Amino acid sequence: MSSPASTPGGRKRGRNTNPSTPSSEGPMSPPSQRRRGQDSSAGDLMPMPTSPATDVLSPAGPQDNSLFSSPRPSVPPNEVDMSSPLMYGTPSSRVEGTPRSAVRGTPARQRPDLGSVRKAPEVDLQSEPPSADGPAASETNAGQRLVIWGTDVNVGTCKEKFQRFLQRFIDPTSSEDENAGLDLNEPLYMQKLEEISVVGDPVLNVSCLHVQSFDAELYRQLICYPQEVIPTFDMAVNELFFERFPDSILEYQIQVRPYNALKTRNMRSLNPEDIDQLITISGMVIRTSQLIPEMQEAFFQCQVCAFTTRVEVDRGRIAEPAVCRHCNTTHSLALVHNRSVFSDKQMIKIQESPEDMPAGQTPHTTIVYGHNDLVDKVQPGDRINITGVYRAVPMRANPRQSSVKSVYKTHIDAIHFRKTDEKRLHGLDEDSEQKLFTEDRVQTLKELAGKPDVYERLSSALAPSIYEHEDIKKGILLQLFGGSRKDFSATGRGNFRADVNILLCGDPGTSKSQLLQYVFNLVPRGQYTSGKGSSAVGLTAYVTKDPETRQLVLQTGALVLSDNGICCIDEFDKMSDSTRSVLHEVMEQQTLSIAKAGIICQLNARTSVLAAANPIESQWNPKKTTIENIQLPHTLLSRFDLIFLMLDPQDEAYDRRLAHHLVSLYYQSEEQIEEEFLDMAVLRDYIAYARTYINPRLSEEASQTLIEAYVDMRKIGSGRGMVSAYPRQLESLIRLAEAHAKVRFSEKVENIDVEEARRLHREALKQSATDPRTGFVDISILTTGMSATARKRREDIAQVLKKLIQSKGKTPAMKYQQLLDDLRGQSETAITKELFDEALRALADEDYLTVTGKTVRLLA
Amino acid sequence: MKAASQNNPNSGWEAKAVEFFKDHLNEKDAHTWVPSLNDVPLHYLKPNSLVKFRCLIQDMFDPEFYMGVYEAVNPSTRDKVLRCGKYKDVTECGVDFNSKNTVTAERQTFYCVPIPGESPWVKECYAGLSQARDVPSTSYAPARQKRSYEEDDDMDTQPQKQREPHAGPQTASEHHGNGDCKRQETEAPSSQVASASRVDLNFPLPGEKGPSCLLKVYEDWDGFKLNDAVEVFGILSVSPALSALADEKDASSSLLDPADSMETAEEQRVHSPPASLVPRLHMLYAKPLPHNNPLLPAAACEQNSAYLSSTRSEMATVRTELLAYFTHILLGDALAAEYLILHLISNVYHRHDVLPLGKFTLNLSGCPTEASYTERFYQIIQQLVPSSYYLGMTLQNMNQMRLVPKKDYVANRLVSGALQLARNTSLFLDESRLEQGQLDTTGVRNVTALGNVISWQKFDYDFNYHQMGIPCNINVLIASEGRSLLPSDCRIHLQSQVAPSDVEEYLRSIHTQSQASQLNKFRVYLSVARLLDYSISDEVTKSVEDDFVEMRKDDPQSISAEDLHRMLVVARLLSLSLGQTSLSRDGWLRAKHIEALRRSRMEQHKCVNGNEQ
Repeated sequence: MSSPASTPGGRKRGRNTNPSTPSSEGPMSPPSQRRRGQDSSAGDLMPMPTSPATDVLSPAGPQDNSLFSSPRPSVPPNEVDMSSPLMYGTPSSRVEGTPRSAVRGTPARQRPDLGSVRKAPEVDLQSEPPSADGPAASETNAGQRLVIWGTDVNVGTCKEKFQRFLQRFIDPTSSEDENAGLDLNEPLYMQKLEEISVVGDPVLNVSCLHVQSFDAELYRQLICYPQEVIPTFDMAVNELFFERFPDSILEYQIQVRPYNALKTRNMRSLNPEDIDQLITISGMVIRTSQLIPEMQEAFFQCQVCAFTTRVEVDRGRIAEPAVCRHCNTTHSLALVHNRSVFSDKQMIKIQESPEDMPAGQTPHTTIVYGHNDLVDKVQPGDRINITGVYRAVPMRANPRQSSVKSVYKTHIDAIHFRKTDEKRLHGLDEDSEQKLFTEDRVQTLKELAGKPDVYERLSSALAPSIYEHEDIKKGILLQLFGGSRKDFSATGRGNFRADVNILLCGDPGTSKSQLLQYVFNLVPRGQYTSGKGSSAVGLTAYVTKDPETRQLVLQTGALVLSDNGICCIDEFDKMSDSTRSVLHEVMEQQTLSIAKAGIICQLNARTSVLAAANPIESQWNPKKTTIENIQLPHTLLSRFDLIFLMLDPQDEAYDRRLAHHLVSLYYQSEEQIEEEFLDMAVLRDYIAYARTYINPRLSEEASQTLIEAYVDMRKIGSGRGMVSAYPRQLESLIRLAEAHAKVRFSEKVENIDVEEARRLHREALKQSATDPRTGFVDISILTTGMSATARKRREDIAQVLKKLIQSKGKTPAMKYQQLLDDLRGQSETAITKELFDEALRALADEDYLTVTGKTVRLLA
Repeated sequence: MKAASQNNPNSGWEAKAVEFFKDHLNEKDAHTWVPSLNDVPLHYLKPNSLVKFRCLIQDMFDPEFYMGVYEAVNPSTRDKVLRCGKYKDVTECGVDFNSKNTVTAERQTFYCVPIPGESPWVKECYAGLSQARDVPSTSYAPARQKRSYEEDDDMDTQPQKQREPHAGPQTASEHHGNGDCKRQETEAPSSQVASASRVDLNFPLPGEKGPSCLLKVYEDWDGFKLNDAVEVFGILSVSPALSALADEKDASSSLLDPADSMETAEEQRVHSPPASLVPRLHMLYAKPLPHNNPLLPAAACEQNSAYLSSTRSEMATVRTELLAYFTHILLGDALAAEYLILHLISNVYHRHDVLPLGKFTLNLSGCPTEASYTERFYQIIQQLVPSSYYLGMTLQNMNQMRLVPKKDYVANRLVSGALQLARNTSLFLDESRLEQGQLDTTGVRNVTALGNVISWQKFDYDFNYHQMGIPCNINVLIASEGRSLLPSDCRIHLQSQVAPSDVEEYLRSIHTQSQASQLNKFRVYLSVARLLDYSISDEVTKSVEDDFVEMRKDDPQSISAEDLHRMLVVARLLSLSLGQTSLSRDGWLRAKHIEALRRSRMEQHKCVNGNEQ
């Protein structure tokens, strides 16, 4: 029976038998030989060769040509593990105490995530067994020379280094949330140990980046030999901990969980080189299995003399004792299942996140095993960063077949999970979502940001196939960057919206959809829906019955899915009223409340909305206001920061430029194409970088300018009895100014940002809130749906009508048509039926008259 | 031809071997010597021999690690031999897993299916090409001689069997059952159906036949994209050990088997189907198929350009013939026929950020309501294009068909849908089949998906947690009575000049009249027109701009940017259809002219049918 090795290559570690002293070394070799896949099946127990059997096999192994030889003499097979001074931790949780250090009474817990590494023997680098401190080498003496078989890890040094790291490492600039509440000028991990002693949760998360900055060599060892180094870390931390807090009681010994290994970020870049190394990859959970009980310790009982013995699982296998030690009967031991020890295990499948995928390929998946308390930590749909050991296991050799499939199964033994979207639920910063930028990239981006015309450059890089509409592109650019998130929940106002909402309206065929498509393709978390096809539930969330579990599950819609992204809604005007109404909450409070099928909840929907609407008459009517043209409720319109009109300008010079632009689209040289392609990638990175790292705050100066701007805006209207700005507009201005500062990579909002925000806002206003009758900007068109002049006009007509009716004397009822004709005859301006109706309604509101059908009755 | 028998890993032979095959296959006609999985039944092919397969990449599996080099121990002599695991699925006996010399390597697996919707004439033609050399005997005859000589009688009937276009490659599943006994050469559709139902081969289109295969790619797999059509040359591996491994897993109580806890039964079934049904193909060399037309030389581009220029001169005359042919079919409507030609040669030649350029979706409205007109019409198109698919937009179809491929996370595969088509496939949407009723959720999603394909030339595949847009390049032709509910680039209303009493009979007569040589000319014409380069000179650019400004000056409503887009596409296609590679002033005027004709017809139609837009 050939035994699979967990290291497919002899690349790093030759797990070889030691040929120098075959007879005495016999007991030594099985552990290394048995270093093989995660085969824990009970079915494997029976045919499993016992140690002596492996002994026979061992000479067949490849000849070892290294200098290694063991410093230790032979020890009886089953005793070697128990009593060896080189042991750390306890082989069994039931063995009293721990063999070494002051870790009194606290049981060690198996680390199935690392496999059972503890039996990997140490080897002396010197070929001669040291005479003085040979056999019972205490670590302090022999430690210097001993390394773990196949690695260059010396347990003693490694431990010492790690303890020093724990005691000394200070990271004053740390901004990780894990370190929240810790004094950054004190040794970080000592504080964490203190926390453990208080809380009693024996898990120490260690950032690999910290280790790297402290000791690069230790980091390298950790990455390359996690299986050996992490238990050493465990040992070190426990010694330290129980030295410090001798009285604390923990459920089991502290386990070190490293995270943030820099080695790999992307599932796609995993390759055979990474096998058995510590890696960190990000991805999305797509499936989790049921809990799998995995045997950790088998309990055997002799059928003859009832002698019991326990055997620990070793690299997925359990060696059934062939001989009862008590009565010397062979093959008399039987496994007693319910006295064996099992640990929890779960299979988790993760898929690479859509952002990491090259175009036109399908996402890769990887299998992850979670153990013990990592079971059920994640749910399908979670985006996580996993740190773990990458493994490859050969397909099991089939005893009945001579040939095997030459393929390995790969998986990751998870050591540490970190949900990247966990924080999104808590609404904190989103730094864990950060895309990793290379130094070079950051440099390029910063260079770009340093250019004075970066704003113009970026806006022109946006959707180059769409001609002109510079201000609209600038608006969308600012939307992509977004404002700074502010939290006023302490003062009872909740979160301030940081996302900019934009509405594009205009003639059909002015490439609105194309602009939307472009944005949708540009941002990583974008959603594209059409008002025509989407329903309220499609946008928000709906409840379905899961076919497998038969439970009600909430399926989230476009708005929730685009949390922290942009939701592009085409044909906004075609949306039904009920659908639109859900947008009210989303666009200001940025939450979604759902009360459906017994599920009542509030979901976050911090999404920017980019909507496009066509005018109701299919062609924009310049004689009407925005509201009249698109027939959207003004309550919704006022939630848009910028409303742009995309109109056909219809002038010759424009036509010519447009024609040139279009024709050149159809005939373009390769280089130009190349150039643009690069731009889109840079743009995407630029936005991602700014969104993650730049958080501008208003400077004193800028806030003064903002105040002035706001006062000015209000003044414009007040002269004519109109109000042209509301606080909502001020908030918009702030957001836009912040976004503009982000474009410049500036931490401070300065005057130029406010100026640009103001200009853009004015431009958008000019286009959308101009009263077609007077030509003035009138914000009340957007806030009340009616311009102040129109309101005045309505009142005037109502008064005229009232006079007319009064002049008719005491007629209690009049014909509708008659009245209209009379009014028309009297008035100098043209009176439409709508105006007349409005006037009648106004009078009805005054309780002066009522309209029933075609008759108008006066009220007394 | 056994490339994998080399045992020395260090001589760089791997690159050399690949190079060798590449060189030799590029030689004139060499590729026709290789038997093709498409037309030779699997059980005629010798395992571990060189075969080719014309296919579409339907799904991409996870990369797998395999033993690139391993050491095998001979159990009797205890000798150790280094062996190469490349281009093989199964190792030889006695692998030493602890050997230091083991080299782990990585390879990628693609699931490939025959090109969906490939027209029968293409299949026939390819089969004819390889048959003509009479060479396959070298590859499969010896294999068969190893078996019982009883089969000699069958041998005679074989070539003839292969020439039959519809003799779908037989699956070898039943032969496992009765071992090496004499094989029956009967067409066994029943057995095929049975085996297909056992293992779902995941063909995008319903009713497709042919083998699918697992393609193992050893290098540059990043260059392949989903839905790429490629011709693969590789080593066939049908080792029964592969399926035997799988079978055993099924048989043994697998609850505690660690390998099974890693893979669900569904996944197992999908990722390691029996090799007799889904052979493994270890790729040596793959050739992308810019067109799938066997009548065109398949050789490299340089030769192609010479070929293109030689055929260009004849294009104008072929075009006249084709125009007449289409005019007949479209009941005497020459303008519609003109647009149909333009549609059939359209091709997305570039994407400007999200905007696909060159697409030309045609909505042919006013189709006769006689039941079978559209179907007959499709059959005629199918005769001319390399691949096509007819989708009757009945309510039932729209509500029930799976158009959008969906990722099945249980089996870990992309469940195919009808919208998984190779480039330049003609998708024929028959909207005249639409009847009154309501679209359900699936129906709405299907219609949206079709709309996306038309507007953006993009498939939105459903990955459950997110959508993934996959750029595509297919020609959509919508036949409808009134204006289509789907968007289109151009709509033309059919105005029949002749009114045959029996439309079906009329079309059938045209169909049968057309001769093979003429059809072949048309086929070449349509493919060649698509491959031509095209440019616009500065001069013409200028005059186009002037024209646009002029037209807008008279009446800004008359022409929008969108109209200009369309006119530029029409001008481009019109020039290409005449074999001209640059836009001339005349070409532009002509494009303007036919557009004007079309528009006036629309106006006219609008007046007649007031309410229609």
